[in-house]
Amino acid sequence: MENKPERVELTEEQKRSRRSRSIAIAVVLGVLVVLFYAITLVKGPAILNRPL
Amino acid sequence: MTMIGDIVKLPAPVEGAAPARPQVSVADVGDYVALLKPRVMSLVVFTGLVGMVAAPGAIHPVLAFTALLCIAVGAGASGALNMWYDADIDALMSRTSGRPIPRRRITPGEAFGFGITLSGFSVVVLGLMVSWLAAALLAFTIFFYVVVYTMWLKRWTPQNIVIGGAAGAFPPVIGWAAVTGSVSIEPLLMFLIIFVWTPPHFWALALLRSDDYARAGVPMLPVVKGAAATRRQIFAYSVLLLPVGASPWFLGYAGLVYGVTSLVAGALMVAFAWRVLTSTEGARAVSAARQMFAYSIAYLFGLFAVLLIESVVGRLVAGTLAG
Repeated sequence: MENKPERVELTEEQKRSRRSRSIAIAVVLGVLVVLFYAITLVKGPAILNRPL
Repeated sequence: MTMIGDIVKLPAPVEGAAPARPQVSVADVGDYVALLKPRVMSLVVFTGLVGMVAAPGAIHPVLAFTALLCIAVGAGASGALNMWYDADIDALMSRTSGRPIPRRRITPGEAFGFGITLSGFSVVVLGLMVSWLAAALLAFTIFFYVVVYTMWLKRWTPQNIVIGGAAGAFPPVIGWAAVTGSVSIEPLLMFLIIFVWTPPHFWALALLRSDDYARAGVPMLPVVKGAAATRRQIFAYSVLLLPVGASPWFLGYAGLVYGVTSLVAGALMVAFAWRVLTSTEGARAVSAARQMFAYSIAYLFGLFAVLLIESVVGRLVAGTLAG
C-alpha cells in the first residue's frame, strides 16, 4: 500500500505572503548587520567597556 | 486575562474578510506594519527627536538614529501588544474592526510574540548601544501603555486616557536621556505638554465614536458621563493647556518664537474647544469635534516643530560663534 506523507499545499496567496515576509525579514536582518557594524565603528573600544 | 495560547473567541469576521482563519498565515508585511500603529509611531518618533535635539550635548548621528529607531520600534511593539489584548473589543468597533487580528490576518498569538520580541529587542539595543537610563524609560513606557493603560485603566475607568496619556508623553524624555544620560526640567515640561494635550485630543475622537465604545463596553468619558460632561472636560483641559504649552518659554527654556507660537496655537485650541462646548446638537456638534481632533494633532506637531527649529538654530548660532 502506498504510504504518501500528507502535505499542505500552499495557495498562491499563501506563497506570495510568505515570500513577502521572508524578504522583509532578510531586509531587517541586513539593516541590523549594517547598523551594528556602524555602531561598533562609532563606539570603538568603548563598546567593550560595560561597568555594571 | 487572555494569555498566549488561549483560544480567543472573536466575533464573526467583517464582511469581505476571510471566512475562516487559515492554517498557514496569509499575513503580509503590511499587516505586521499595521500592528505597529504607524501613525501613532510617527508622533512618537517626532517628539522623541525633538527631545534629542533640544538636549544639551552631542550624540553621534549613528547613535541618534539607533535611539530613534529603538523608540519607534518600542512604540510599535506597544501597539502590537495593545492589539493583541484588545482584539475582542477591536472587533466590535468600526474604527478598529479593520485591524489585522479582527480581520483574521494575524492570530493573537502571533501579535503577542511579535510585540514581546520587538519590546525586548528595542529596550536591550537602546541600553547596550546608547543609554541604560533611556532604555529603562522605554521599558517603563511599554509597560505603562500595555499593562497600566491597556490591561487595567482602559476597561475600568473613564479617566483611562488621562492617566494612560503618560505613556505617549515619555518619548521626548527618552530622547533627552539618550543624549544626556539624565532627566531634567526641560524634557519634563515636554512630557507635561503631551500629558495635558492627550485628554482633549482623545475625547474629541471619543465624542465622535461614543457608540463604538458603548458597544464594546469601554468606559470612555462620553459613554459613562455623557457628551455634555465630556465637552466641559475638553474645554477645561484646553484652557489648562494654554499656560502649560507656553511654560518652556516663560520658564526660560525656549525662545520668543516658541512663546508667541504656543500662545497663539493654545488660544486657537481653546477656541476650538469652545466650539465643541457650545455645539451640542447635530452636524454642527460632529463638525466641531472633528475639527477639534484634527487641530489638536496640528497643535502638537506645530509646537514641537518650533521647539525643534529653535534648537537647531540655537546650535547653528552657537557653532558659528564658537567657530
